Amino acid sequence: MESPPLWVPLFTTIVVFAFFLLSTALLIWAERRVVARMQTRLGPNRVGPLGILQTLVDGVKMFFKEDITPGMVNKPVYTLAPLVGVIAGFLAIAVIPIGGEVTLFGETFTLVVADLHVGALWILALGSIHVYSVFLAGWASNSPYPLLGGIRSSAQMVSYEIAMGLAVASVFIYAGSLRISDIIEAQAGDGLIPGMPGWFAIPLLPAFLVFVVGMVAEAGRPPFDLAEAEGELVGGFNTEYSGMRFGMFMLAEFMQVVTMSAIVVTLFLGGPSGPTFGLPDAIAWVMPIFWFSLKMSLFIFFFILLRGALPRARYHRLMDLGWKVLIPVALVWTMVTAAFVLLNELGGLATETRWVLAGIAGVIVIGLLVLGSSPDDASDAPVPPDEDPAASDHDKVTS
Amino acid sequence: MLAEFLPILLLFVLATAFAGGSLLVSSLVGPRMPNPTKLSAYECGNEPLAEVQSARFPVKFYMVAMLFLIFDIEAVFIFPWAVVFRELGWFGLGQMALFIAILGVAFIYEIGRGGLEWD
Repeated sequence: MESPPLWVPLFTTIVVFAFFLLSTALLIWAERRVVARMQTRLGPNRVGPLGILQTLVDGVKMFFKEDITPGMVNKPVYTLAPLVGVIAGFLAIAVIPIGGEVTLFGETFTLVVADLHVGALWILALGSIHVYSVFLAGWASNSPYPLLGGIRSSAQMVSYEIAMGLAVASVFIYAGSLRISDIIEAQAGDGLIPGMPGWFAIPLLPAFLVFVVGMVAEAGRPPFDLAEAEGELVGGFNTEYSGMRFGMFMLAEFMQVVTMSAIVVTLFLGGPSGPTFGLPDAIAWVMPIFWFSLKMSLFIFFFILLRGALPRARYHRLMDLGWKVLIPVALVWTMVTAAFVLLNELGGLATETRWVLAGIAGVIVIGLLVLGSSPDDASDAPVPPDEDPAASDHDKVTS
Repeated sequence: MLAEFLPILLLFVLATAFAGGSLLVSSLVGPRMPNPTKLSAYECGNEPLAEVQSARFPVKFYMVAMLFLIFDIEAVFIFPWAVVFRELGWFGLGQMALFIAILGVAFIYEIGRGGLEWD
């Protein structure tokens, strides 16, 4: 394969960079508008049509804010932490194709920065680096709230990272490759029923659900935004940050939403694939970009709705969900997927057997839902004051 | 093969320039008016009490970190297996099932001993 001229990677890099930066700006605006609607407010509506330029103006405003470096911080690490977050966020998008083949000035190329042979691993690795940004910010601040927030959210992130990684393993089993273009290729064609897309979200539904829950927690978004539980931790790991450095954390957090949406679309929903409606070749290249943006926007919208609709989860609930539900489910599902792939190579199962297996699986899931929720609810109920042992001891002492 | 990573280097330079440039511009045009209150640790307006560098935090977080290491190694073990799994066939599946079963026993023990209980 001959390598393209140098301007091609330069062009794709800038286009992808701009695409994700623009999506992040639009996400911030959309979130403020949608959450405002959910709370019967108007939201930003003054700058530009429907307030769409609000993010830009806020960004400019941030330049003129004082950037305080408190005296007790570990200065090099304190400065490095927000940069690590933003740069890792941008690098994670490198392997995600935002569109199909494009022909420009006689060169045909895909709109992706680099189609690495370890693409999916690259995404997971850069996701892990994001944890450093959070933890280093908390640690370098040398202040109680950031330290607590940083430790909390790094524990949360590493927990859900395992669940996400194991969920992606079943995608690898199906696709047989780590290269993102191979994974998208494997999702082309028909699904179980002709005419249905062959997206991995359908045969790998449990892995898909684990991944979706995991990505919300990994991005530190409501209802899993424990890192910045304002009521108890002030601002979490970024309490001591202000000005543009705080802006960098915000950018990294919102970018994670966009990146996670792009990743889930790529791994489970066929990436930029979609019908082109027989358009002529001259315009057909727009369609993959359109489909990719549409699918990504749906997930971004899902993130926003979650924020508007759900209260914050308690910390032990969050860790229980991650360790006791998502990780076992993802592990078992990886094994089940592997067994099914091997059975399929042997000639597959009879339709009746499939129905029986599906029925058993359904009974197990419903059973777990019924059995699993009751003891936990009991422990969550507030202890009545007269049954609280500490309180009664105190009463004895005073009386 | 390393040429594949060249565009990523470009992206890295672009991202670093963007983030570093923003911080630089902000430090040039932003005001700078430090005072002792601004420069002290934020504790909701109280006098800062805690000496954080020697502060202790719950041992649970260490447990999570160690469990994470174990399970992350497991994930790292599963990824290459998942990619070449079709060639390995039933033998590979059996091996992986055995590995996960051994880990699963430890995991169930951990949960049973209350290692993942948060109060």
